[in-house]
Amino acid sequence: MSTDLATEAARTAPQARTGVSRRTIGNVVLGIVLLTVPLWLPLVGGYTDLASRVLIYALAAMGLNLLLGFTGGLSFGHAAYFGLGAYGVGLMLKYETHSLFLALAAGTLLGGLAATLLGPIAVRRRGIYFSMITIAIGQMFYFIAIRWNTLTGGYDGLSGFARPKFAGPGHLLPMGPTGMYYLVLAAFAIAALLLWVVLNAPLGHAFVAIRENHKRLTFLGVSTQRYIAISFAISGFIAALAGGLNALLDGFASPNLLNYSMSGDFLIIAVLGGMRNFYGPLAGAVIFVLVRDYVSSVTDNWMSVIGLVFVISVIFFPMGVLGFFNRKSGS
Amino acid sequence: MGLLLLFNGFNGLIQGAFYALMALGLALILGLNNTINFAQGAFMALAAYFSFTLTPYVGFWGGLIIAPLLAGALGLAIETTLVRRLYNRKDPIYTLLLTFGLAFIMQDMIRTIWGAQGKPLAIPQFLNQPLSSTYFFLTGYRLFVVGVALAGTAALFAVLRFTRIGIRIRAGNSDLETISALGVNIYLLRSANFVIGIVFAGVAGILAAGQLGLNPNMGDALIMPAFVAIVVGGVGSLVGSLLGGLIIGLASGITTAFYPAASEVVIYIIMGVMLVVRPRGLMGQEGLFE
Repeated sequence: MSTDLATEAARTAPQARTGVSRRTIGNVVLGIVLLTVPLWLPLVGGYTDLASRVLIYALAAMGLNLLLGFTGGLSFGHAAYFGLGAYGVGLMLKYETHSLFLALAAGTLLGGLAATLLGPIAVRRRGIYFSMITIAIGQMFYFIAIRWNTLTGGYDGLSGFARPKFAGPGHLLPMGPTGMYYLVLAAFAIAALLLWVVLNAPLGHAFVAIRENHKRLTFLGVSTQRYIAISFAISGFIAALAGGLNALLDGFASPNLLNYSMSGDFLIIAVLGGMRNFYGPLAGAVIFVLVRDYVSSVTDNWMSVIGLVFVISVIFFPMGVLGFFNRKSGS
Repeated sequence: MGLLLLFNGFNGLIQGAFYALMALGLALILGLNNTINFAQGAFMALAAYFSFTLTPYVGFWGGLIIAPLLAGALGLAIETTLVRRLYNRKDPIYTLLLTFGLAFIMQDMIRTIWGAQGKPLAIPQFLNQPLSSTYFFLTGYRLFVVGVALAGTAALFAVLRFTRIGIRIRAGNSDLETISALGVNIYLLRSANFVIGIVFAGVAGILAAGQLGLNPNMGDALIMPAFVAIVVGGVGSLVGSLLGGLIIGLASGITTAFYPAASEVVIYIIMGVMLVVRPRGLMGQEGLFE
C-alpha cells in the first residue's frame, strides 16, 4: 500500500512542463465555471454565499495542503491561523478602520505572523509528535480567545462589525453576496497562483523532496526544519487570509473557528479531495460544504453523517476523489 | 491565602489525576497501535453514560467495573473492523482522521440516546462527606479519585512489567517486526493493547462524571490536556505521561489561585517552554515515531 501511495504521489506531483495544454484547458474551464457561479448557482438551487463558503474552505485547505500534501507535515492546528485571520479582520473593522483591504491585510498578517513565529517550534519534531504540538498550539489560541472576554467577546464570539463598502472608482460600492463572492474568488485565484509558483520553484521541489525522504535531504546538508517552517509560514498566511474572508462573509468571528475541530474539517477537505492533487482541496471543499449544508438542513444527526464522511473517505478514498478518478482513468 | 493555595493545588492534583489516566490510555495506544486516538474522549463519555444507565441495577461500584469493560468491547469492535485496516499506511493522518470522525459519531449517538442535557452521576453518600471542616475540599470522593488513579497506574505498570502480554507490549513498542517474526500474533496484541487503553479512558470518564456530571462533550475538555501531558512527559514514556499529567494539573490548579483566566493557557505555555528547552520531553526517547 505504501509503495502504491508513493508512486501515486510521484505521478501526481505538480509538473509545469508536461501536459501544459491539457492543464491550460482545465484551468480555463475551471475559471469560467467559477467566474459564472452567481449566474448558474441559483438555477440549480444553491445560493451565492454557499459558493463563497466553499471557496473560503478550499482556500484554507489549499494553504494547509502545501504543508500537508506537498511537504508532508501533518498540522492539526491550522484552524488557529484561520481563526486569527478572522479575529484580526473583525477587530480592525470594529475598532480601527473601515477599509476592507486594510482589515483583510491586517488579519492575514496576524495569522501569518503567528504561523511564522510558532512554526519553528513545531518543526522541531516530526510525524505524530508534530501533529500533537500543532494541535496544542492551536488550542492555546482557542482558550485565549475564550478567556480574553473584553477584547474577543469570549464564548459568544466577536460581533459588532460589518462588511465595509468596497472602494470602487470614484465611489463606494456595497458588498452584496455577489460582490463578496468575487472578492473571495480573487483572493482564491491569487493564492492559487502563488502556490503554483512556489510548487514549481526550487523551493517547492525542496518541499516535495522533504515529504518523500527527509532523511536523505538531511544527509545532503539541507536544513529540512527550515524548509518545513517556511512551508508552515506560507500555509499559515493563506489560512489566515481565508479566515479573514470568512469573518467578512459572516460579519462575525466565533472562537470555534480556532478550535481543533475546525482543523479537522480542513484536513478532511484536503484528504477527501486528494492531498496529492493541486486542486484536491477545492474538490474536497465542494463535497464537504455541500454535504454539511444539506445534511444539517434535513436531520439533527448531521454530526454522525459528517463523522461517516470522515470514516468512509479515510477507509475507501485514501488518495481522495481526484486521486481515485485519476487512477481509474489509468494514465 | 495558604488555604486557598492548598485548595487550588489539591484541585489541580485531582485534575492532574484525570489527565494522567487519560494520557496513559492515549500513550499506550499511541505506542503500540501507532494511533493518536481522538475518540479517547468520546469513549470516556460513553463509559460514563454506560455507568449512568447501569448504576440503578448494579450500583456505583458495579458500574465502575462493568461500564469501562463495555466501552472496551466497543473499542475492540472498532479496532478490528476499522483501525486495523490502516496500520499499514505510513502516513499517520488516516488513523487520526478516522478516530476524529468516530468521535463525532459517538458524541452524536450519546446525544441522541441520552439527550444533550447534562446529567448528574450518583456517587455513594459516604464518599461525598468532607473529611474535616477546615479542609472542606478534602471530600472522600476526591481522595478516592486520587487512589483509583494511583491503583490503576500501579496495576498497569505491574501488567507491563510482570505479565507475558505486558512484556510483549513493551517489546512491540520497541520493535514490532521482530516480535512478529518470533511468533507473537501482533494483531491480537494490538487489539489487546487498544482495549486496555480504552478501559483506562472509561475509568477516567466515570470518575470525572462523579465529580463534574455527565454531558456528551465531557471528553473534549480532557483530551487536549492529555495530549499536552504526553508532549511534556515525553512520547514513548508512560512514566513521563503520568508525570506530565500531574504537572500540568498542578500548574493549572495553582494558576487558578492567582489568575483564573490563564488556568487553561498555562499548560500550553509549559508545553512551549518544554519544547524549546528539551524537545523530547521529560522522559521521552530521542527519535521515536519520527
